[in-house]
Amino acid sequence: MADHTTTTIAVRGCNIKVMRGGSGPPLLFLHGASGAAAWLPFMQSLSARFDVIVPQHPGFNDSDTPEWLDTIHDLAYFYLDFLEQLDLDRVHLVGGSLGGWIAAELAVRDTYRLSSLTLVGAAGIHVPGARQVDLFLGSDEQRIRDFFHDPACAEEMIARLLRPEFEDANMKNRIATAKLAWQPRAYDPHLRKWLHRIDVPTLIVWGANDRVFPMEYAYAWQQAISGSKAVIIPECGHIPQVEKRDAFVGELIGFIDGMRKAA
Amino acid sequence: MKFFNFHLMPYRHADLDAIDKNGSAWVTYSNKHYDPAKGAELYHEYLDQMEFADTLGFDGVCLNEHHQTAYGMMPIPGVLAGALARSVKRAKLAILGRALPLLNNPLMVAEEYAMLDNLTRGRFIAGFVRGIGAEYHAMGINPVLSQERYAEAHDLIVRAWTERGPFAYEGKHYHFNYVNPWPRPYQTPHPPIWIPSQGSASTIRWAAQKRYTYAQTLSPIAVVARFFQMYRDEAEKAGYTPSPDQLAWSNTIYVAETDEKAMREAKPHLEALVNRFLKMPVEMLLPPGYSNPESMKRVRAAKVTGKTMSIDELNKTGVVIVGSPNTVREKLAEYQDLAGFNTSLTKTQFGTLPDDMTRANMTAIAEEILPHFRNRLPQGKREVQAAE
Repeated sequence: MADHTTTTIAVRGCNIKVMRGGSGPPLLFLHGASGAAAWLPFMQSLSARFDVIVPQHPGFNDSDTPEWLDTIHDLAYFYLDFLEQLDLDRVHLVGGSLGGWIAAELAVRDTYRLSSLTLVGAAGIHVPGARQVDLFLGSDEQRIRDFFHDPACAEEMIARLLRPEFEDANMKNRIATAKLAWQPRAYDPHLRKWLHRIDVPTLIVWGANDRVFPMEYAYAWQQAISGSKAVIIPECGHIPQVEKRDAFVGELIGFIDGMRKAA
Repeated sequence: MKFFNFHLMPYRHADLDAIDKNGSAWVTYSNKHYDPAKGAELYHEYLDQMEFADTLGFDGVCLNEHHQTAYGMMPIPGVLAGALARSVKRAKLAILGRALPLLNNPLMVAEEYAMLDNLTRGRFIAGFVRGIGAEYHAMGINPVLSQERYAEAHDLIVRAWTERGPFAYEGKHYHFNYVNPWPRPYQTPHPPIWIPSQGSASTIRWAAQKRYTYAQTLSPIAVVARFFQMYRDEAEKAGYTPSPDQLAWSNTIYVAETDEKAMREAKPHLEALVNRFLKMPVEMLLPPGYSNPESMKRVRAAKVTGKTMSIDELNKTGVVIVGSPNTVREKLAEYQDLAGFNTSLTKTQFGTLPDDMTRANMTAIAEEILPHFRNRLPQGKREVQAAE
């Protein structure tokens, strides 16, 4: 039996591919700059408890690249339309890296359909002085190495992702990422001043050894979103949901269960 | 044929080993390696060479724009063009070109170029480029927007030159309530527009349609010939036959008494240009969105950026012409007939080539080459096909 379905849906004329699996409260996962080509083990783990919905952003993978796609704000509004069209309520919104940025931009605009927000190694704000790698100047291999703390994990991902059959998709994702994140480099200078508008329980998850957005970022997010909780996962790079899946899933479920108890 | 002395103004005292160690002379090659005392001398040395070209009888001198690199010290070419506008008395003055997408206000180029056109009383040539990929790293401009910013900036500048102001301009990237630049260009309707490119098909088509002079950068002559044929084909499609003056080949020429001497003398300096000053990782040369995915894939697959080239290869494939006066004359005539151009943009200084050798080269070119080509047009029927 298939563990998830893949369908193409049109949101206001923009066709996007959506993977969906499991049952329970809706959990919308917004992917990062590398796209969402496959249903990953962490999605499968979460699908035991949630209705996990993973769209490919406009501009990425098999989704359309619409004329209107210029900035991250366009994607924030797009996903507000998406939530409305699918009539999703009490959504647990989870975003990784670039997807975390979209999630935060969405949440400062409207949390009406959200139950919680989880930011994982999120882009979107800038912490002066933090040492960060330049993801646009290194090779594809180097970029993947920069994502992971465990070199073995990085090599496995290089072998899996940098295959010739993925070249077109990888290039499409790189172009979309550059469009959204080249300058200012993966942040919106105006986002931080509106983060107080986020009024749902918020979890910040970070790899202790993230070289893309180092740990200072986790604390900066936590300070800017009142009542939020930051969790640092040890021995882990930029993508905890992949590099430390069990710890990530455990923290996320623990956070959501804790919310229920509190409520 | 018309000869332009094209200067890149490299920081020729650069530590070549340090460039190697850094992987490139661009963007990340620290400016701690720049010595202002030496740099100041170089600016004057190079400007003197441009003035020398004028007295030697070159038809024009060319500057260009690159940022944060030892490859060329001309981030703001207008400064040097301003210095030359009064000292170069006779020759044309070309900036090939300014990198339009890097600008947040293209009206400043409309103004700058119009000033230069007035200062030179109509001897100015206006080049427009997108800049190479490294520029987008250096200047923090989104490479994905490069093509649309270029198109919009170009349209705005030409309108600013040709329509009487003030008028309002509303684009996607640029917005002005008042477009009304003073001065207006000296030439009517505006200075000649030249388009240097690495050979993008869409750029060649566009330049041909606009009847702009197309300048082909650093390429083997067979490739140059193919691109020039594309230009002629596109011009025919647009309903006219282009003049060979509209095709400019950007080359390097070095002349000495014998072939052997010329090759020996030019070798370290030319190889420094190609293998050190010009070298960069593909991610720097081609940031995402700078070119369409197909051409990005082609360049990545060819791994051109990592290749080391010897002077023999460069000379054999006709990227450069190095040799005795007789050899250079023969090859240049052969290439002119093969590719059908009538404008030569010639680097007489290249890489680490010192002043005395540069001047000797310029003199040799002026005495031994120029007179033979003064009235020479491309001859014969070209057999090159545009199709790959």
